[in-house]
Amino acid sequence: MSENKIVRVANAQGFWGDSLLGPMRLVEEGPVDYLTFDYLAEITMSIMQKQMMRNPDTGYAMDFIPMLEKILPACKEKGIKIIANAGGVNPKACLKATKEIIKKLGLSGIKVGIVEGDDILDRIDEITAGGEKLANLDNGADISTIRDRITSANVYIGAEPIVAALKDGADIVITGRASDPSLMVAPLVYEFGWSMEDYDKIAAATVMGHITECGPQCTGGNYVGWKQVKDFARIGYPVIEAKADGSFVVTKHDNTGGLVTVETVTSQLLYELGDPKNYLGPDCVTDFTTIDIRQEGENRVAVSGIKGRPATPTYKASISYANGYKILGTLCISGPDAIEKCNIIADMIFTRMSMYGIDIPEEDRFVELFGTNVLYKGLVPADEQPHEVLLRVGAKGPDRKALDTLGMEIAPAVTAGPPGVTGIAGGRPKATEVVGYWPALIDKKLITTTHTVEEV
Amino acid sequence: MAKVQLFEIAIARSGDKGDGSNVGIMAKTPAIYDFLEKTLTAAVVKDFFKEICKGEVTRYEIPNLQALNFILEDSLAGGGTETLITDAQGKVHGLGLLHLTMDVPDELLK
Repeated sequence: MSENKIVRVANAQGFWGDSLLGPMRLVEEGPVDYLTFDYLAEITMSIMQKQMMRNPDTGYAMDFIPMLEKILPACKEKGIKIIANAGGVNPKACLKATKEIIKKLGLSGIKVGIVEGDDILDRIDEITAGGEKLANLDNGADISTIRDRITSANVYIGAEPIVAALKDGADIVITGRASDPSLMVAPLVYEFGWSMEDYDKIAAATVMGHITECGPQCTGGNYVGWKQVKDFARIGYPVIEAKADGSFVVTKHDNTGGLVTVETVTSQLLYELGDPKNYLGPDCVTDFTTIDIRQEGENRVAVSGIKGRPATPTYKASISYANGYKILGTLCISGPDAIEKCNIIADMIFTRMSMYGIDIPEEDRFVELFGTNVLYKGLVPADEQPHEVLLRVGAKGPDRKALDTLGMEIAPAVTAGPPGVTGIAGGRPKATEVVGYWPALIDKKLITTTHTVEEV
Repeated sequence: MAKVQLFEIAIARSGDKGDGSNVGIMAKTPAIYDFLEKTLTAAVVKDFFKEICKGEVTRYEIPNLQALNFILEDSLAGGGTETLITDAQGKVHGLGLLHLTMDVPDELLK
């Protein structure tokens, strides 16, 4: 293998709901070998689980399919491979839909792989009976307190089964809850023939994954120096140019918007970071204090020197559970006396709840006067008399019907309350389920991942 | 010495960590990093965020990136999936910290 070989991996989707223009422009506007798609957040698995219970053909990131429809012909022509955790809680259904869209496009000779084994929803009792506690990683609470309310349970799995699918010739690999950086680790391990025990290189790929996992957040999006950033509409999604030694360049396609500098990339290195010396993942432990970063050219940032260590013997599990309901209504309140009127209306709504015989305890009530410095509370001085305030009023609680009653009392405040209240649109708010998040650790020995690849 | 907001000497980004948030801050020069490493302590950040952050603040140093990373525990009124507050994920805590006014030596502002 040539020392000069460069593998280009781009992240085309930073979250479920990200713009379709990302992948479309990545395949059209410059060179790329692999596209990764990161769809899954903590709450997403629970939503998908509910969808699957209603319809067994769902439970995955449905956006993935119309996106494939747009880019697959170009990917096939250019040999671009796709790695996506679009499988959610139902990778098989995602596989089925993927095969259908390939046929609909009249394409053939495309190998599609799926990776499974991350879903432990049906194994919770077996796992806890075996002595694994699955205690809450944040507060130590016992899993028994939520056992009968669990709605999804998945393990953040690593790169190995994705690598195996690539070795079997997969052009598209669909996973469930693979960790975000592992989507990046896998193609580089496959392309460069790295050992999974070559921890510095696995750590380097993990950092590539961390930098790119939110798409354009490393290429000028959400950047404090935004006035230097050109053309947000056409912002370039990140492209990693990786070398066999683990060093890499963060860049974007030529003639796209955005900005790639040490500052835009470092901003994303810091995003959702915990202890920088111990960035834990299923593939390795990465030390962010070893990262060497420098500007190599216009919109080119070179990164090297990264050190890694063996991963811990546990996987992180992401468990979600039903934790009651919440409701939120909004009203626009104009001045004069906007703040005082907001408080009167909020009080009116909760008083009316008690007139229905519904008692909402103080701690379950929610009132936020948006426009009175709620985002920067205490950090900057607030305007004493804003001319307009968005009243956000709602509650949490175990009783869905009671909360829906609160939803009925939002609009009546326009006619029955103080003057200058407007902005009622979109109908009556309805209570929605609160998804509780329960992180836990699980012995890796209890998890077996599998992969299958089939040709369409 | 001059009284300046952190905006003038640093950039920042924030996100959620369970029911807390992280605020990463990057100094614009190595000399400014040395200054912030000495002065921008966890206690200073905790005091500035006292109306938002109900838990402890922990600081980590990342000198190779000219950066400090602060973990603000219990700063999201219950966490990303549970809370009704607008900034449920602490997305603006980074910009918030840049509003902090500090006494900065003149030579760092040249």
